[in-house]
Amino acid sequence: MSERVLGILADSFTKILVPGLMATVPLALISFACALVIATAVALVQYTRVPVLTQLARLYIWIVRGTPLLVQLYVVFYGLPDFGIVLDPFPTAIIVFSINTGAYSAETIRGALESVPAGQLEAGYCVGMSYMQVMRRILLPQALRAAFPPLSNELIALVKDTSLAANITVLEMLMATQQIVSRTYEALPLYLEVAAIYLMFSTVLTWLQSLGEKKLASLGMERG
Amino acid sequence: MMREKKLDAAGGAKKGAKRGSKEGVGAPAAPEILRLEGIRKSFNGTEVLHGVDLTVRRGEVVAVLGPSGSGKTTLLRCANLLDRADSGTLELDGGRHDLARATAREAAAIRRRTGFVFQGYNLFRNRTVLGNVCEGLVTARRMPRAQAEEHAHACLRHVGMDDRCDAYPAQLSGGQQQRVAIARAMATSPEVMYFDEPTSALDPELTGEVLSVMRRLAEDGMTMLVVTHEMGFARNVADRVVFMEGGAVVAEAPAREFFEHPANDRVRAFLAVLNQHGED
Repeated sequence: MSERVLGILADSFTKILVPGLMATVPLALISFACALVIATAVALVQYTRVPVLTQLARLYIWIVRGTPLLVQLYVVFYGLPDFGIVLDPFPTAIIVFSINTGAYSAETIRGALESVPAGQLEAGYCVGMSYMQVMRRILLPQALRAAFPPLSNELIALVKDTSLAANITVLEMLMATQQIVSRTYEALPLYLEVAAIYLMFSTVLTWLQSLGEKKLASLGMERG
Repeated sequence: MMREKKLDAAGGAKKGAKRGSKEGVGAPAAPEILRLEGIRKSFNGTEVLHGVDLTVRRGEVVAVLGPSGSGKTTLLRCANLLDRADSGTLELDGGRHDLARATAREAAAIRRRTGFVFQGYNLFRNRTVLGNVCEGLVTARRMPRAQAEEHAHACLRHVGMDDRCDAYPAQLSGGQQQRVAIARAMATSPEVMYFDEPTSALDPELTGEVLSVMRRLAEDGMTMLVVTHEMGFARNVADRVVFMEGGAVVAEAPAREFFEHPANDRVRAFLAVLNQHGED
């Protein structure tokens, strides 16, 4: 590897990492937090079979899971202005990622809720609790613990998917890399460099996941 | 939260008199505390309860016996509104409830006055032993946490599980879990405790520890309705035996009489099969 390439790599590292910390990380974390709220609400609607809302929830999941994330970004960013709705790139990305990850996570949480034995609800009833009390204090905590590993997966997937936001002009890591490539024409080393930084982020999350699972296990909540 | 009134209306009995008086089912002094009337229940078009009537007096221990599929468990579950009866009424210490039409609020109010012990324990998996016993006190009855914990410790001592109060259910044996479940049910000072085959999921050596806790509860004067296959418990601890078959009560007698002078052929046949298998 030539000295010039090494110089470019060293020079570009912070130029890629800073947009990573300023855009990729907040994009992923904010979107994931919103997605969890959406997912929990949608899962609860389905689990308790609220009429009408259950059908709407199914429609939402069907559409979001059945269409590409990139197309969803384009529809909101380039399509909605036709209706007079013009959003900045960053909020657009947050909205689309939240809705998209929300749909996948809703299925995860619904499955986890349904894996909690019916006896837990009955036992809650029998000590005098209402449905909402049992849901909030017994069922949902157990479901979220069971859903922890698959939800961690979805967060890691989301971190990588944020690279798609480059297509709607969000200055995140991939776009920062593309800008340097277009100046230096060193595509391979630079794209490998950004890949390594994504890998770094994912590694941290994987480590946090195993830490979290150990913590849950220490609370007597091993799965199964 | 506890109701101690209206005792006199049911027969002018004094409450102290029947506590702990185990002999003589007749115990005419004790007023009825629970009355189930005309309980009907179908699953998928098949009627499993054909209008069952059953009464329990305060402080009485009633064992419900009968072959599998006779509707014993369904009867208990209907009484506590875990299954919705198609028709029938529940009278609990004077209050009358239509089991088919009770609202969720009414159901919760009924359940706050009863305790239920499941065959599969059903301890809250995300709560410690102490948390399991406190949950119904703090969440459903808004008891201050410190007071609830103090009371929960007392209940756990009663079943010999206070030394494991920080353990999670997954760390306990079946017998220990069931003892905690009994502590959880008794913690809310129920007017009647339902037991749904509390030892059926346990190894024989673990059955004993649960039965002895139940026996102590009975001696303390707890009103208990117990669905069981434990003939020894029915004979020695229960005051009265109700025998169900095919979704109906076909015999009912004081415990000793039930075993020594079976009322009819069905009971005789049931007891004969048990004796053959040496279960008695």
